[in-house]
Amino acid sequence: MEKFTVHTGTAIPLRRSNVDTDQIIPAVYLKRVTRTGFADGLFSAWREDPDFVFNNPVFAGASILVAGTEFGTGSSREHAVWALRDYGFRAVIAPRFGDIFRGNALKEGLLPVELELKAVEALWDLVESDPTAQVTVDLTAREVRAELPASTAAWTFALDDFSRWRLLEGLDDIGLTLRNEGAITAYEERRLSFLPVVG
Amino acid sequence: MVGDTAKPRTLAEKVWDAHVVRSAEGEPDLLFIDLHLLHEVTSPQAFDGLRMAGRRVRRTDLTLATEDHNTPTGYADPAFNSRRGDLLTIADPTSRTQIETLRRNCAEFGVKLHPLGDEQQGIVHVIGPQLGLTQPGLTIVCGDSHTSTHGAFGALAFGIGTSEVEHVLATQTLPQSRPKTMAVTVTGELGPGVTAKDLVLALIAQVGTGGGRGHIVEYRGEAIRKLSMEGRMTICNMSIEWGAKAGMIAPDETTFAYLKGRQHAPKGEAWDAAVEYWRGLTTDEGATFDTEVVLDASQISPFVTWGTNPGQGAALNGRVPNPEEIVDEGERAAAERALEYMALKPGTPLREIEVDVVFVGSCTNGRLEDLRAAAEVLRGHHVADSVRMLVVPGSAVVREAAEQEGLDKVFKDAGAEWRFAGCSMGHAQNPDPHKPGERPAPPPTRKCGGGRGRGGRTHLVSPTVAAATAVLGHLAAPADLN
Repeated sequence: MEKFTVHTGTAIPLRRSNVDTDQIIPAVYLKRVTRTGFADGLFSAWREDPDFVFNNPVFAGASILVAGTEFGTGSSREHAVWALRDYGFRAVIAPRFGDIFRGNALKEGLLPVELELKAVEALWDLVESDPTAQVTVDLTAREVRAELPASTAAWTFALDDFSRWRLLEGLDDIGLTLRNEGAITAYEERRLSFLPVVG
Repeated sequence: MVGDTAKPRTLAEKVWDAHVVRSAEGEPDLLFIDLHLLHEVTSPQAFDGLRMAGRRVRRTDLTLATEDHNTPTGYADPAFNSRRGDLLTIADPTSRTQIETLRRNCAEFGVKLHPLGDEQQGIVHVIGPQLGLTQPGLTIVCGDSHTSTHGAFGALAFGIGTSEVEHVLATQTLPQSRPKTMAVTVTGELGPGVTAKDLVLALIAQVGTGGGRGHIVEYRGEAIRKLSMEGRMTICNMSIEWGAKAGMIAPDETTFAYLKGRQHAPKGEAWDAAVEYWRGLTTDEGATFDTEVVLDASQISPFVTWGTNPGQGAALNGRVPNPEEIVDEGERAAAERALEYMALKPGTPLREIEVDVVFVGSCTNGRLEDLRAAAEVLRGHHVADSVRMLVVPGSAVVREAAEQEGLDKVFKDAGAEWRFAGCSMGHAQNPDPHKPGERPAPPPTRKCGGGRGRGGRTHLVSPTVAAATAVLGHLAAPADLN
């Protein structure tokens, strides 16, 4: 898993709330056999509308998604996170996230940042007036920073110590378990001799 | 390792404790996995995840793959038999891609695979026991909910998701929080013509589909001890249908006799050491369970489901229930929806329900004993004109053994279709799912609205009830044929 410490990039405003995982990536994409290549399925139904913000070239290359509340509710599909990562997002900022999506995102190195609606609206206004505006998501300080027209804004966000540590270290579930590799090897050495092996 | 702790423990606790690699306060235990079974549907992204992270399969010697969920089980084309391994026989591109991907992944990562056409190919939960890989006291996982089947041997076996499949491939371990324990004690003896399937359907009707949630269930008591391994597998297989994490049955002489001489069973001195270890895998006197359920086997008769979940069942002698008489509001609403979907009127005698498709097979009832029981009922009878009957062996070995005994001839003479091994209608990700409006009375595992082909209406029954139903064209018990 890619480490997340401090990320600075441009942001894309998604002025919609209750975006569920089926809207993030429709079920038809679940038949695939890979974990990559889902970027084309991201918001695919909405992207058919030429006016959809993802079709506006000024936002190309954005690495931070700023969405309305209850982002990522619905089905538990991990593909929603894979699609966002494949598209190039490192962080999603929203007032609130679906629980399962939030858990999946943390495990895949996509940082879900919960900011109050007022902050989200300020970011929307900022990047809509200046799509090149740089937004910084700083996990070490648990802070989002941006240069607003009148001031420098810094909003703090909450994230539990364990999830933060995992992201800072770039440890996925497997990486976490493999920190105990010595214990696994020791267990393997004391397994009973008659246990079956495939072959 | 077993029995050296002073505190009395349940079977589940003994197997759990013997597999803890690491435990820490406030964290899930890290459990070692003795056997990891793979199939084409839930493994592709797990392998892809390994590839992306540059990881390998830690223990290829504890990992086995088979093709079962998407495999076609037969075509009218007589040449099909000779082309069994040919992927071109799989018409659906998604299904074919998943199988091709499994083959490529197994080759790349060094995992043993029993492909379509291989003599050991079959439903993942049929071949583990058949090869003697499924043994008492093991931890067994697979990306399939019916992995609980293997608990019939006193193994701790449960289904996992794709991320967990990747985790086991990479580490041969899984972080797990200790579930609660439950005892289901079945006293007395099953009557003649009453099977393990009837027992478990009656149990689920009693406890409800969520009754086992969060528990490892141990099935015990006289009626369970008297069951064959096949019957025990049917019971443990259905554990997931009432929400249990896993089902287990303590190993005994029946278990040892089934295992002895199988390809992967221990041999010679290792066999003796293994049996001594296995004998310790019982719940200690004085050990306590978090929950206990008692069932009287002598009160159970052939059982069928009338609704859309496995908990909506009744004795075949009964009638379709009237939802108005159900006290629980949630269950009443569920029953109303189920009857509407099933197009059934309250009060209809269950025997009057007509059926057009009968399916015998799946990981619940696709073993040799199940086929024997169905054939025994069919012998000398013919499937009703209005009925299409499919018989799908659970593995290539089961198919071969059945043919040795001439069971295929009994089925074919009776007008049933004798097919190749696979999950078939038990899963419906192959060409076999039924069409809207058809009403199969299968003994596969799960009946849910649209679950195996949208619009089909399914009744879960035992293989013997399925066979009698095929002959009469309506839900029936074998005794009705006399």
